[in-house]
Amino acid sequence: MGEGLASPRPLGESRTTRLLLIGTALAFLGIFLFVPLVAVFVEALCRGVGVYWSAVTDPYAVSAIRLTLLVAGIAVPLNLSFGVAAAWAVTKFEFTGKSLLVTLIDLPFSVSPVISGMVYILLFGLQGWFGPWLLAHDIQLMFAVPGLVMATMFVTFPFVARELIPLMQEQGTDEEEAAVSLGAGGFQLFWRVTLPNIRWGLLYGVLLCNARAMGEFGAVSVVSGHIRGLTNTMPLHIEILYNEYNLVAAFAVASLLAVLALITLVAKSALEWRYGGELSRGGGS
Amino acid sequence: MADLAVTGPLSFGWRVGMLNRRSVLPGFGLSFGYAVTYLSLIVLVPLAGLMIRSVGMGPAAFWAEIASTRVLAAFRVSFATALAAAAINTVFGLLVAWVLVRYRFPGKRVVDAMVDLPFALPTSVAGIALTTLYSTKGWIGALLVPLGIKVAFTPLGIVLALTFIGLPFVVRTVQPILQDLNIEQEEAAFSLGATRLQTFIRVIFPALLPALMTGFALAFARGLGEYGSVIFIAGNIPRVSEIVPLLIVMQLEQFNYAGATAIATTMLVFSFLLLLMINLLQGWMRRRHG
Amino acid sequence: MKMTSLAGFRRGVAVVAACAALWTTGAQADTTLLNVSYDPTRELYSDINAAFIAHWKAESGETLTINQSHGGSGRQARSVIDGQPADIVTLALAYDIDAIADSGQIAPNWQQRLPDNSTPYTSTIVFVVRKGNPKGIKDWNDLVKPGLDIITPNPKTSGGARWNYLAAYGYALSQPGADDKAAQQFIRKLYKNVSVLDSGARGATISFSQRGLGDVLISWENDAYLAQQEAAADHLEIIYPSVSIRAEPPVSVVDAVVDRRGTRKVAEAYLQFLYTPEAQKIAAKWFYRPRLPEAAAAYPGRFPDVKLLTVDEVFGGWRHAQQVHFADKGVFDQIYDGGK
Repeated sequence: MGEGLASPRPLGESRTTRLLLIGTALAFLGIFLFVPLVAVFVEALCRGVGVYWSAVTDPYAVSAIRLTLLVAGIAVPLNLSFGVAAAWAVTKFEFTGKSLLVTLIDLPFSVSPVISGMVYILLFGLQGWFGPWLLAHDIQLMFAVPGLVMATMFVTFPFVARELIPLMQEQGTDEEEAAVSLGAGGFQLFWRVTLPNIRWGLLYGVLLCNARAMGEFGAVSVVSGHIRGLTNTMPLHIEILYNEYNLVAAFAVASLLAVLALITLVAKSALEWRYGGELSRGGGS
Repeated sequence: MADLAVTGPLSFGWRVGMLNRRSVLPGFGLSFGYAVTYLSLIVLVPLAGLMIRSVGMGPAAFWAEIASTRVLAAFRVSFATALAAAAINTVFGLLVAWVLVRYRFPGKRVVDAMVDLPFALPTSVAGIALTTLYSTKGWIGALLVPLGIKVAFTPLGIVLALTFIGLPFVVRTVQPILQDLNIEQEEAAFSLGATRLQTFIRVIFPALLPALMTGFALAFARGLGEYGSVIFIAGNIPRVSEIVPLLIVMQLEQFNYAGATAIATTMLVFSFLLLLMINLLQGWMRRRHG
Repeated sequence: MKMTSLAGFRRGVAVVAACAALWTTGAQADTTLLNVSYDPTRELYSDINAAFIAHWKAESGETLTINQSHGGSGRQARSVIDGQPADIVTLALAYDIDAIADSGQIAPNWQQRLPDNSTPYTSTIVFVVRKGNPKGIKDWNDLVKPGLDIITPNPKTSGGARWNYLAAYGYALSQPGADDKAAQQFIRKLYKNVSVLDSGARGATISFSQRGLGDVLISWENDAYLAQQEAAADHLEIIYPSVSIRAEPPVSVVDAVVDRRGTRKVAEAYLQFLYTPEAQKIAAKWFYRPRLPEAAAAYPGRFPDVKLLTVDEVFGGWRHAQQVHFADKGVFDQIYDGGK
C-alpha cells in the first residue's frame, strides 16, 4: 500500500466529498472494528489490574493457554508443511487437475466450522465408523487433544497455501531452473533459492494460520469434552467463564487472544512496510 | 494462475496429477503426493464420510429431515443475514478500499492494518464483545434503545456479527485492483466532459465489478457458515434468529444424528457451489486485469 | 516419490500421537474420575469434589483427581454418547441419561440402582424478577399477559428449559376444566412472550441478570438464588408460583467407561457419597433441595413449600414427555410452526 500512489490528481473528488468519504469509512470501521476491540480491553480491565492478573493466571486459564499453544503448536507446523508442498506442486509444475486441487484447498474456508468438527465425530466418535475400533485399541481421539488438533487443522488448512500460491506464482520458475542448471539439489534449491523469496509471505501465512488456530471456537467446541484443565482451549474457556457470571475473567482471557490478533496485524504491517512489493499481491486472496 | 477455473473442474477426467510437460525442477512427486495425501486425510475423507452417511439415509429420509419448516426457516435466516451482511460489506468495503487507495490521511497505515482484524480476532471474542456492546444495556445498544432499535438477540444482531466477520474480504479483494487501475481511462473520461460520478459509474465501477462480486461471494460464503460469533448475539428463536450451523449443533444435542448429517450435507453442497462460483469470478477477474 | 511423502505424513502423525500420549499420561498419574454434568452445577460439584477427594483419601488412601465438564445437558449427553470417557454423569433430566443408556453404555435399569430414582437432590422452577417486581408477576398466568418479555432457555437443548416448559404446562393442566388443548394454548401464549431462547440455562440467566434483558426469568431455583447472590448491585427477587414441578436431576455411573477404566468402585462410592449428610449439606448450601430433611433444616426458609408436580404423574415419565413435547414436530415445535 505505497503512499506514493495516493498522489492527488486534477480529476480527484472535491475536498468536501473526500472528507465525507474518509469520514464515513472511518466511522464504519470505528464502529465495527475499533469499538469492539476496545470493549474487550475495557471490560477486561474494568475491575483493575489485580483482578485481570488473577484471571489470566488462574490455573484453569493457564492450562487453557497451554492447551491452546499445544494444539496450535501441532496444527500450524503441519499445515505449514502442507502449504509449502501444495504451493510448490501448484506453482512450479503444470499438471491436469491443478485448478481442482486449488479449489479443494479453499474448501475449508467456506465449510461451516461446526461441520468441520462434526465430520470427525462421525468418523472417530464412539458412534462413528472407526469409533468401536479405536475404543478396542484404547485410542481416544475425540474429546482429547488429537480431536482438537484435527479440527483445528481442518479449519486452518488453507491459510499458508493460500498465502504462498499467488506469491510463488508471480515469481515463476526461472530462478529455480537456473539453480538446477547450476547443479543445485532439491533441498538446496528450496532452501537457498525459493525460501528467501517467499519467507515473508510464508511468515504472514503462518501468523494468520496461528491466530485462527488459537482462536477457533465452533469446530473445537464440537470435538472437545469441555473438561476444565484438560480439554478446554482458550476460546472454550472464555465461553465457560462467560457462563459463570465471570464476565471480567472471560474478557481477560479474550484480551490475550485480542493481543495475539494485534501482534499478528502489527507483524503483517511491518512485513508489508519493509517488504512491500513482495507481500501486497498475496493480500488479495 | 491465469488458467484457473477457466477449464472448469469437469474437464479433468482421470488424468489428475499427470505432468503435462517435463519440468527440470525436482520434487513434483514429493510435493504433489504429500499435498494430496494430506488434503485427503484432513479434508476430503472426513467430508466424504459425511456425504456417504447422508447417501446411506436414502432420499426420503434425507428429504424428511431437510424439509421441516424449522430447517427451511433456518436456511432462510442464514441466507438472508449472510446476504445482508455481504451487501453491507460490499458497499462499505468498496468505500474503505477507495479511501485507502485514493486518499491520504493521518493514521492511514493503522487503519489499513485494522481491516484485517476480523481475520485475526477469534470469532467468539468478537461475539461476546459485540453482544456486550449492542445489548440494550451496552455502550452502543443503550444509544439505540430510544430509537426503538434492538440489535443484540434479533436478526439484526446476526447481520452485525456477520458484517464484522466478512469485513476484510471485499476490502482486500478490491484494494489491489483499484491500486492497479489504469488512471488514463479516468482522465480520458474527464477530458470528454464526464462528471466524477459519471466516471465512477461508467469507468471505475465496471472495472471493479468482478472484484466486488468476488469479495461479496467470499463474505457471503464465510457468513453462511459462521457460528462462534453468532451464537452469542443471536436470540436463537426458531424461525426468527436461528441459523443453520446452530441448528446442526442442536440436532446433535437432541441425538438426531441423521438430522444433523442431512443439514450439514446440504450446507456443504452450498459451500461447494459458492466456492465454484468464487473460482469462476476470480477467473473472470484475472482475465480482466491479467 | 509417493512413498517418501507418505513417510513424511506418518512422521507427522507420529509426532501428534506422541504429543497426545505425553499429554494424557501426564494427566493420568493417579486415579481420575470424570464427572460430566449440566450447566448450573459448577459450584455444587466443585465443593462436592473437594469433600469427596478428602473422604476417599481417608477411606482408601488413594489420591483422587476429579475432572469436571459442564454444559447444556443435551450437549453433555451427546458427548458421552460420542465417546467422551465420563465415569459419572450428573445431568439435568432422566431422558438425557436414558439416551446414553440407549447407546449401550449405561445399564437400562440405571434409575433403580440408587435411592430416590437416582436423584440425590432436587430442585424446582421459579421466577426471577427485577427489584420490587415492577410487572407484578405472581403466578404462571401473569406470564402470558401481552407485552411481557420472558427469558427462558431453549427446551430443545437445555434441560432446565424443559423443566420450565413442563412446569408451565402442568400449571395450565391443573386449572379447573383445563385439558391438553387449553394447556397447549397457554404454552403457546407464554412462548410468544419469549424474546431470547438461549441454548443453556446459564446463558439465559446471564441474559436476564447481566444484560438486563426481559421482565422475568424462568429458572432453576438454585440458579435463581445464585443469580441473586451474584447480581448484588442490581437486586433481583425470586417469586414462587402457586404450582411448580419437582425437577429431578439424576446421576449415574457410565458402566462401559468405569468397567473399561477400572474405576467402578470409586465412581459408585462417589454417587453414594452424594446421599451422605456431608454432601447433602453442600447441596443445600448451593440451593439444591436435599433429600435429607436435616440438611435443609440448616437453611430455614430457603426452600419454601410449593405444590410440586412430578413428570411421572403429569406427563407419564420422561420418555413420554420428550416424545410428545420436545421431539421434532412435537408440541414445542408446533408453537413456532403454527404460531406465526
